Amino acid sequence: MLTHALILSAALFVIGTLGVIVRRNAIVIFLCIELQLNAVNLAFVALSRYTGIEGQLYVFFVMTVAAAEAAVGLAIIISIFRHYETVNVDKFNLLKW
Amino acid sequence: MTSFVASIPGLYEDWILHALVWLPVVGLVHVLATPGERSKVIAFRWSGLVFILSVGLWWAFDPGNGGFAFESSVPWIEAWGVNYSLGIDGISVFMVILTTLTTPIAILGSFNYIRKRRKAFYALMLLLQTGVTGVFLATDIFLFYVFFELTLVPMYFIVGIWGGERRIYAAVKFFLYTAVGSLLMLVAILYMYFSSGVDSFSYEAFLNADLSLREQLWLFAAFALAFGIKVPIFPLHTWLPDAHVEAPTPGSVILASLLLKMGTYGFLRFLLPFFPGAAQHSTVVTVMLVVGVAGIIYAAWVAAVQPDAKKLVAYTSVAHMGFVVIGVFALTVNGLQGGLVVMISHGVSTGALFLLLGMMYERRHTRLIDDFGGIGRVAPLFATAFVITALASIGLPGTSGFIGEFLALIGTFETHAVVAIIAATGVIFAAYYMLPMVQRVLFNELDKEENRNFSDLSRREMWVLGPLVALMIWIGVQPGPFLERMEPSVQAVLERVEEGAMAAAEPGAIDGSELANAPERALPLVDTGPSSDPHATSAPATTPAPAAQSPAATPSPAPTPPTTPGGES
Amino acid sequence: MVFAATAAAVPGSAPLAPQAAEWEPLLPGWIILLPLLGFIANSILALWAARQSSAAVRAGGEWDPFAGDRRPLTHTLPTWIGPGVMALAFLLTLWNFEGMWAAHLDEPVVETFWTWIATSTLTVDAAIQLDQLSMIMMLVVTGVGFLIHVFSVGYMRDDVGYPRYFAYLNLFVFFMLVLVMGAGYGMMFIGWEGVGLCSYLLIGYWFTDREKSDAGKKAFIVNRIGDFGFLVAMFLLYQAFGTLEFGTIFGDAEGQLVAGGAVVTSITLLLMLGAAGKSAQVPLHVWLPDAMAGPTPVSALIHAATMVTAGVYMVARSSVLYALAPTSQAVVAGIGVLTALVAATIALKQYDIKKVLAYSTVSQLGFMFLGAGVGAFTAAIFHLMTHAFFKALLFLGAGAVIHSMHHALHKAGSHEDAQDMRNMGGLRTRMRITWVVMWIATLAIAGIWPFAGFFSKDEIIWYTAAWAGAESNPYGWLYTVYWLVALATALLTAFYMTRLMIMTFHGASRVEQGARGHLHEAPPVMTVPLIVLAVLSVFGGWVNVPEALQASVVGFFGALPMSEWLHHWLEPVTAGAAGVQVAAMGDPSYSAPLVGGGEVMWALISTAAAAVVVAGACRYLLARKYVPAAEAAAPSSGLGRILYNKWYFDEVFDRTIVQPILAASRWCWKVVDTVLIDGFVNFVGNFTRLAGWLASLFQTGQATTYAFVLTLGVLAILGAAVFLQ
Repeated sequence: MLTHALILSAALFVIGTLGVIVRRNAIVIFLCIELQLNAVNLAFVALSRYTGIEGQLYVFFVMTVAAAEAAVGLAIIISIFRHYETVNVDKFNLLKW
Repeated sequence: MTSFVASIPGLYEDWILHALVWLPVVGLVHVLATPGERSKVIAFRWSGLVFILSVGLWWAFDPGNGGFAFESSVPWIEAWGVNYSLGIDGISVFMVILTTLTTPIAILGSFNYIRKRRKAFYALMLLLQTGVTGVFLATDIFLFYVFFELTLVPMYFIVGIWGGERRIYAAVKFFLYTAVGSLLMLVAILYMYFSSGVDSFSYEAFLNADLSLREQLWLFAAFALAFGIKVPIFPLHTWLPDAHVEAPTPGSVILASLLLKMGTYGFLRFLLPFFPGAAQHSTVVTVMLVVGVAGIIYAAWVAAVQPDAKKLVAYTSVAHMGFVVIGVFALTVNGLQGGLVVMISHGVSTGALFLLLGMMYERRHTRLIDDFGGIGRVAPLFATAFVITALASIGLPGTSGFIGEFLALIGTFETHAVVAIIAATGVIFAAYYMLPMVQRVLFNELDKEENRNFSDLSRREMWVLGPLVALMIWIGVQPGPFLERMEPSVQAVLERVEEGAMAAAEPGAIDGSELANAPERALPLVDTGPSSDPHATSAPATTPAPAAQSPAATPSPAPTPPTTPGGES
Repeated sequence: MVFAATAAAVPGSAPLAPQAAEWEPLLPGWIILLPLLGFIANSILALWAARQSSAAVRAGGEWDPFAGDRRPLTHTLPTWIGPGVMALAFLLTLWNFEGMWAAHLDEPVVETFWTWIATSTLTVDAAIQLDQLSMIMMLVVTGVGFLIHVFSVGYMRDDVGYPRYFAYLNLFVFFMLVLVMGAGYGMMFIGWEGVGLCSYLLIGYWFTDREKSDAGKKAFIVNRIGDFGFLVAMFLLYQAFGTLEFGTIFGDAEGQLVAGGAVVTSITLLLMLGAAGKSAQVPLHVWLPDAMAGPTPVSALIHAATMVTAGVYMVARSSVLYALAPTSQAVVAGIGVLTALVAATIALKQYDIKKVLAYSTVSQLGFMFLGAGVGAFTAAIFHLMTHAFFKALLFLGAGAVIHSMHHALHKAGSHEDAQDMRNMGGLRTRMRITWVVMWIATLAIAGIWPFAGFFSKDEIIWYTAAWAGAESNPYGWLYTVYWLVALATALLTAFYMTRLMIMTFHGASRVEQGARGHLHEAPPVMTVPLIVLAVLSVFGGWVNVPEALQASVVGFFGALPMSEWLHHWLEPVTAGAAGVQVAAMGDPSYSAPLVGGGEVMWALISTAAAAVVVAGACRYLLARKYVPAAEAAAPSSGLGRILYNKWYFDEVFDRTIVQPILAASRWCWKVVDTVLIDGFVNFVGNFTRLAGWLASLFQTGQATTYAFVLTLGVLAILGAAVFLQ
């Protein structure tokens, strides 16, 4: 049971990671990050069965952070879109300078 | 902190050190809270207040037995054994008063020079004062290090923002050069903290650290590099001319008068007492003396051919500091005291020289010696002050420079005659670099029309230079009050080094293994009275003292092996 | 002989009875303090005047303080302050001299004011010492100094920097008094460097003139070479004695130091280096002729009468040490005699009147060192004293001539050199007093009986001969050589001084036509000091007439009561050295080496020879035709050219010392500092930048790239953790 849950978690995480790396659309990247977070959540929940309640506790933390992040991140993406009229991350290389 | 706060209304000696360190920060806040055009006056008043308060030290401080006075200590980071502890002794008292005197003078001298971002500038000056005062007063190594690094930041900005054309290069060079040294020192401090079983950063704890000679040598090297860059000693000096040339006048003054002194102060306060075995080690002594002498001659020569007056004076700093280095590492009372007087004298006279050069720059916007000439005709007061300062700088008897150089040289001569003789040629080369500059600036024909409008000293400028000139002559004529205040502390340092040499001369230490037990090294800095034999100081370096001489040698290890001359009977 | 006479009852008026009364000097500190106060007052006036002058210069003009009806206060007060403090100091000195004489002092009186430098191992007191030697020096410094101050009032009258001049001059006297009154080498060194400073300031007094200010600088730097020797000697003294006080050092010297040992020889040689710098001995003499750039009274005071004799004073003061080091003595005497000869030869071919006198001074200083070197310390001090009289007179006389020439040429609108003797000639008709007094001085320096120089110079030469013959003098043969050279040099002196007189005062006038009418005698404020000095130049030597001479020839006149007075006076100071020397070398001989003959005979020979040279030179030179400087050509070949160019000392030093050091300095700066050290530093910096640039290539700016690399990194670490377990 645990094995299945962890495999699913790992699969979701890898999908999320690959998405972050290969996709160019900021919204999609954002969704992939959420996917990664939820993969971790899944692992937490699954493991909490064996290790105690702390795992589920952390899930709440992660969800809270994810929600906050979604709010901030979407706001940033929207303002970037307003500026550049695109959400293609290849166009955003300000960090280099 | 409560005990500190509670002590404020108490006696002078309870609050003065804290006030000296933190009042400039109060002033800084005041400066930041008021409009920019008033900041110079506010900064001057605060630093002036600090100076007035510090003057009391002259009478309140009793040299006593050479230990720290006015000590106070509050736990700061208890987990690491870090304390906020301050104290003052016969070495630091002069450095502190020099700091409190120089800062208001430098600020007063900058009134016309600094024209942009005044608020930030004066805030940084006050921050610098806190840092420098803290360096001289801290008796906790951690605290010392914090202040030591703290001085870097304001100076970096002072050079980098208000400096000349190549200010960025100079500021970065200054910062990196000194940071390299001080980081090495940090490593050495941490090593001493962790490996030698002391669980505190207090000065005493570090004094008592059990270090083998081998460890001492390495740690000595790290400390010496840190302080040597600050001093700066000969091959590590190239940041100084650049920093001085680019720095604004008050920056140069503080740099020359105070920041360089942090290096030589470190020699006296930390290097010698912490690593007495290394300080007596013949290779170490040789290296230090050679770089000292090399600095004296080399810097004098290089100074003599500088076209830029400020660079010339910057190089003379290196030469003067060479006298301090040889005086200190001669390990004699006269040498150490001479070194200390050179430090004071250099602070005063070179500070004044930089102020004078700053006044020249304000009037003519050039620092090249050849752009001047005949200034003595249009600015007699300026010329008078310039000549007196230059003479003090080259050590004419009757000025402060002579007392310092003479004592440093005579002290060096006691133990290293050849070094002293070579160094004494510095008096010739001092004339060789200084007089031509004096001549080309003040004398000769007034042949450049621009110089005709060179105005004489204003009243403010007289107040800037007056105290410094008076001090040069006072120390030159009546150095007694200075010498007697510093003597016990200097003696204490020397005794500490001698004890360390005894310990290092024990066979175990020479092997590089840990000193099994050397309780005599755990003695606090106490003065056992001046030695009456003038040559006493030279003896212990070479002859291992018999065990009976060390006061607490009862648990002394292992019988002396027959190879040591002292052991043969 | 001195040493023989010590024990014998002393005839004459100065019996030095053994019982020394308690003597309390009267305000000795004020003797030093007065000139200092004068300096302070004058410098305030000087700054005040300079402020006014600078305002005028800034406005594009020149300040003329004499434009109004009355001289401004800044230019009248120094007239009274400058010479005034000197007069007071001189009177105080005289009073104390009288007291010391009456008290038959045999131990120096030391007055300590405060502790100057004190560490646990070294104490240097700010203390003065009054004894017979310092008293003689004080008399010379304040007495001759006072006269020169008075002369300066006339000479510098029209100078804008009048108060500054007196400020410097007072400061000089202050330092000079510290030098001669200091109770230890430490105090002496204050004065030593202080007079060097004043010399620097006064040589470069007209500081806008580049040459003059160069000369001042040169003097200071060359002096500092000597000071280096002095410093190291003090270190050695401190190491040997633990103190720098005279009393201890001279008291313990015999016990502490091995006679002829390395320590005492090094000390004395290093002190001699100091003395050579200060007293312009070969090879450090090069600054003194240049120092003539200063105002002429300065040359008289500093570069003839007082400061340059400080070296002689120092050697005499250290007589005990020198007596313990025969090698050093031989070196001192050798340097002295060499200097005397070299300078005298150069003086033969100089045309600048002050340059001739400068080289003459160097030469006479050489004689003094010869005297000090052969152990005739009293004779050296004696010559120092008489030389102060007649050389100050010569310089002041030359000053009067230059003053007059300058005015005349100025009035005539001529730019000829006012100091070149080729532009003079025939001045005797215009300047009677100056002419007479300068002839007196010339006869004195030439060593003609009965003028002052005869007694002192003759004594030095005689002692050289006498010590050459001492039984166990290890350098007897060398002394013989010295003696012969000294005799020859004395004749050269007579010649070049006569040449100076003839060229200046006699023959046809070569002064420019228009200027001749303006030549006039100096005002009384200048001539009175000249006359006083002339009197001293005539009679000054009589304080120390050798007994032998007294008995045989001079006694005939019965007019010279003070037989060997100076010897007896200085006895307490020099007795120690004399004892040591006699113990080491045996008694001096009573007849000259090689040819024999006693003191009286040689005195007669030398004065006769000098008289012949003077007379011959007069005849020979009067017959010569000189042409004005503008038309004259420099000597083109041979010895004359070498002498004219002063043996090329300056050129040789420039090539072998000055230029190499300058080149080395530039090399240090441009190569070591800029290329090597900074090159390394900048290399480290640039290397870091390069590495950073390389690493920054990974910095694409695209977050996805970072995420990719991050993932790779995580995978690598996880993989490593898994597989490496």
